[in-house]
Amino acid sequence: MFDQHTLAIIFVSLMGLATLMYAILDGYDLGVGILLPLNDEQSADTMIASIGPFWDANETWLVLAIGLLLIAFPTAHSIVLQALYIPCTLMLIGLIMRGVAFDFRAKAIVAHKRRWDSVFKTGSLLASLAQGYMLGLYVMGFTNTLEAHGFALLSAIGVSAAYTFIGSAWLVMKTEGTLQQRAITVCQSTVIITFIGIFTVSLVNLLLSPDIYQKWFALPYALILIPIPLICASFFILCWFVLKRLAKQPKVGASLPFFFALLIFSLSFFGLAFSFFPEIVPGQLTIWQAVAAPESLNFLLWGALIVVPTILAYTAFSYRVFWGKVDELRYY
Amino acid sequence: MLDTLMLSRIQFAANISFHILFPTITIALCWFLVFFKVRFDMTGNPVWMRAYRFWVKIFALSFALGVVSGITMSFQFGTNWPGFMEKVGNIAGPLLGYEVLTAFFLEATFLGIMLFGIKRVPPKVHTLACLIVALGTTLSAFWILSLNSWLQTPTGFEMRDGVAFPTDWFAIIFNPSFPYRLAHMLLASGLTASFLIIGISCYRLLKGDDKQAPKLTLKVALIVAAVLAPLQAFVGDLHGLNTLEHQPQKIAAMEGVWHTEKGAPLLLFAIPDEEQRTNHFEIGIPNLASLILTHEMEGEIKGLNEFIGEHPPVKPVFFGFRIMVGLGLLMIAASWFGLYQLKRRNKLPPWLMRGFVLLTFSGWLATLAGWYVTEIGRQPYLVSGVLKVSDAATQIAPGNVGFSLILYLSVYVILLAAYLHTVFLMARRAVEIEEFEPNQQPVKSSLTHGENAYV
Repeated sequence: MFDQHTLAIIFVSLMGLATLMYAILDGYDLGVGILLPLNDEQSADTMIASIGPFWDANETWLVLAIGLLLIAFPTAHSIVLQALYIPCTLMLIGLIMRGVAFDFRAKAIVAHKRRWDSVFKTGSLLASLAQGYMLGLYVMGFTNTLEAHGFALLSAIGVSAAYTFIGSAWLVMKTEGTLQQRAITVCQSTVIITFIGIFTVSLVNLLLSPDIYQKWFALPYALILIPIPLICASFFILCWFVLKRLAKQPKVGASLPFFFALLIFSLSFFGLAFSFFPEIVPGQLTIWQAVAAPESLNFLLWGALIVVPTILAYTAFSYRVFWGKVDELRYY
Repeated sequence: MLDTLMLSRIQFAANISFHILFPTITIALCWFLVFFKVRFDMTGNPVWMRAYRFWVKIFALSFALGVVSGITMSFQFGTNWPGFMEKVGNIAGPLLGYEVLTAFFLEATFLGIMLFGIKRVPPKVHTLACLIVALGTTLSAFWILSLNSWLQTPTGFEMRDGVAFPTDWFAIIFNPSFPYRLAHMLLASGLTASFLIIGISCYRLLKGDDKQAPKLTLKVALIVAAVLAPLQAFVGDLHGLNTLEHQPQKIAAMEGVWHTEKGAPLLLFAIPDEEQRTNHFEIGIPNLASLILTHEMEGEIKGLNEFIGEHPPVKPVFFGFRIMVGLGLLMIAASWFGLYQLKRRNKLPPWLMRGFVLLTFSGWLATLAGWYVTEIGRQPYLVSGVLKVSDAATQIAPGNVGFSLILYLSVYVILLAAYLHTVFLMARRAVEIEEFEPNQQPVKSSLTHGENAYV
């Protein structure tokens, strides 16, 4: 049995893992949704088929992340979600729209199919923007100032661009022909926007909070930490060159951009999480002030230790089953 | 103007009412799909595959609606009911956590393989994926009903400084009302799915569908309904006795008993009057309520007068209960009569089929009515005797809650209309599709990869 101090760290790590998994996995399928063309039915079908088997499980990571916040840090959960009430509602509406449009489009009469496609696209964009907005408000410590909302707006665009980046990288990996070429073009521009976005958020983060500045630049941690943004930046550059080569030779190494995106997401997430640790509500609450009762968390932890590796294993199995270029999506 | 508490209640009620519709279908429909798939694997008869292929589409659609409406629920605890998690989060949290970890991921991941992987995995693995999804949905029901039952009949905890702490997890999970509520809900799901299959199959037959598949699914679902409907009455009765033991005020409201009495009548109809604390226009069968609940003609039933200020509003509980029981009795009669007709004449008369089409979503109505009885019957408490609903509400401005409520309601109305429209549209489309494509032959051995080629 672990004590409350250790449990807080374990659960915040689990929550971080779930959030990162969500950002990567639902990130790519939200990105594919944002990119959905409304005048090219065949491409739309292929794109939807590429995320068909996964989107549901991808969204479950959000339920887990928010669930862990609820379970392990109930006070933080209510402070955060009450502060984010409106963007959170909009995100949920967005997720509802896309989740159902995905299924309805395949079953509706042809005349309605395009309408469901635009619901899917709008829902994906709405959910991404709302998530970025919430991230922005979180970074700004939920202050209700004009700057905070301005920054949140920038963050909304940044996160949507990042999702579009990983979404297009996913399509580069999963599709062929003209669709793949189009995805490469989109990926080339979004990789630059994402770079600018992450750079800006990091900078604002450092300038805004002396504590965070202190954390990153104080020895001895600085020796380990400073390389992180540098490595991240070099992944961006590598990704850009790989895309340039892929435009000419689309057959070899088509999955590389996605893996770079995955690494970039992970490093950026780690950077952000490190900046705020151990605070769970910036400037208000640390994980140790918010943590739930140890008897509850221990009870859940034993289950999680068995179940989470199992989940990861069968998720890997599912990705192996659907490995390779996407083929026609048919319900059976 | 409505206040935040009332708006939050309406919003939560709307969300959970909309959400419950879809799991109620999918929990049992998935077991039907497993049955169709296993029968196909065993016999190689392509009609079973036809049945599977039609119903898996409706399953996928229902599942998607259940998932997206379920995600909203996990956020609302924090946004609208912060007091709930602050007070009993130590108990509710792990139960929800186990639901996500053991059930949600399992069903979501294998659903991908079930829906899109039939050509990518061996047939046995595909059947296994269907089975895992069915287990996942049932497991999800297990955890959420355990939590709901704990709110009704909390055990295995102690209060320290106004916060609940767990002392015995076994007692928490298997709290006194849980086995009854779980059985009641699983059977409700079985009946909802059965009547959905019966209704849609009849709809197809009435539209001139002459294929084997709808006849087969009609027969299977009728048999299941005829078995489950009386079983549900039996389990419902046990559940009622359990409620009498642990939540007598709920029973008093269900039966409309304002004053403790011996030999209480079973009220078939009445209009409860909250202000004068009495019923109008009572029609009842003497002594029957006492007989059912206490198994004695002159048994005593506690009245609402013993719980003043602590009992639920009577009207919705009283009427909800009658709607549920009425629909349940109708289901028993309809399924037995339908099965009798099917045995005798090998098909159903058109008028009966039209009746079954009307009953397509009767399971939804009965389930909602039942949940209103049990949830409103717990008022004014959120957790019986521990936490009142009014103490759990959020401090957010009513304008914000009003905004989200209007958004949710409009989305739900559109989605419900689209869902009903699409289900019947799929049924009409299925009428036009040929039973088998011309070049395909029924296969004898179904344990090879090759057999997937024609499905």
